Amino acid sequence: MYTTDQYEGMLAETVAIQGANGDRVLAYCARPLGKGPFPGMVLIHHMPGWDEWYREATRRFAHHGYASISPNLYERTGHGSPDDVAAAVRADGGVPDDQAVADIEAAMKYLRALPNLNGKVGVFGTCSGGRHAVLAASRVAGFDAVVDCWGGGVVMQSDQLTLQRPVAPVDYTADLNCPVLGLFGAEDHSPTVEDVAVHEEALKRHGKDYEFHMYDGAGHGFFYYHRPSYRQSQAVEGWEKIWAFLGDKLAA
Amino acid sequence: MCTMIVQKVPLEGFGKGAGGWFDMDQANVSWDHPFHAPEEHALNIDFVNESRGPGARVAVELSVESARQLVETIQKVLGEAEGKGLLKEA
Repeated sequence: MYTTDQYEGMLAETVAIQGANGDRVLAYCARPLGKGPFPGMVLIHHMPGWDEWYREATRRFAHHGYASISPNLYERTGHGSPDDVAAAVRADGGVPDDQAVADIEAAMKYLRALPNLNGKVGVFGTCSGGRHAVLAASRVAGFDAVVDCWGGGVVMQSDQLTLQRPVAPVDYTADLNCPVLGLFGAEDHSPTVEDVAVHEEALKRHGKDYEFHMYDGAGHGFFYYHRPSYRQSQAVEGWEKIWAFLGDKLAA
Repeated sequence: MCTMIVQKVPLEGFGKGAGGWFDMDQANVSWDHPFHAPEEHALNIDFVNESRGPGARVAVELSVESARQLVETIQKVLGEAEGKGLLKEA
């Protein structure tokens, strides 16, 4: 219950973590002030980069009571405007999965080291970040919930596998040890409705706890209010699904 | 990188980016999410010089029809110049 007389405070700042190979990786951390204890959330940015939307989303999670951190998965490409950096990564076919998973694990451990964490950490991502979120939650112990928003490439054909992305995340489903919330648009081209069905079938087959929602009239990126892909009613409902899901799964 | 449809081509030329003119040595051509074009996917061309960092970039994001017209037009212009003996290629 949100009340007008409650105390609110937040600390939001750039921090650094030790990611894959011990590399310094910048991260944006936003967390509620107070003794908590607070659940944690790792936010994995989308293909367009570690940008303003992800800083806002990180603060949004903090506003909702989550100690939140968003690591810059594009750190090794150098620094500059988010789109310039992301364009360079796009040209290279993305960052290596192993590196991304290790960076995400480091972000999770950063949260777990906080003195006022409630012991639970989830992971959220959109677009390529949704794929990374599923991948990390499947390959690394320590996540208690995963929110996959239209993650393309969770299901991959053999001709889509590369040195950087050698295994389709769906093939790790047996190893996934936390509940999944998936939000998708029926008009998306990646993932398609068929891709989502394959992912769902794998979750069912392995007896995993999951909740998928497919939104009609929405395509890729329907949360992005700064893009024509924004769909107001679907986005509002999607955020409500997220808060309900995380409120249930990350409670102490 | 959601589509993974991308190719790099080496080239010689100069481009004017946010920091002024620079020597480009590569174009990255992709069919993927654009940053600015109001579409899910676009034909993106980034003229870059990686040795100068991510900011050494001239970016265009084109519709399919525009990209095809551009390719055709470049060929026509080069053909006309060649026909007039104006191309002095090494």
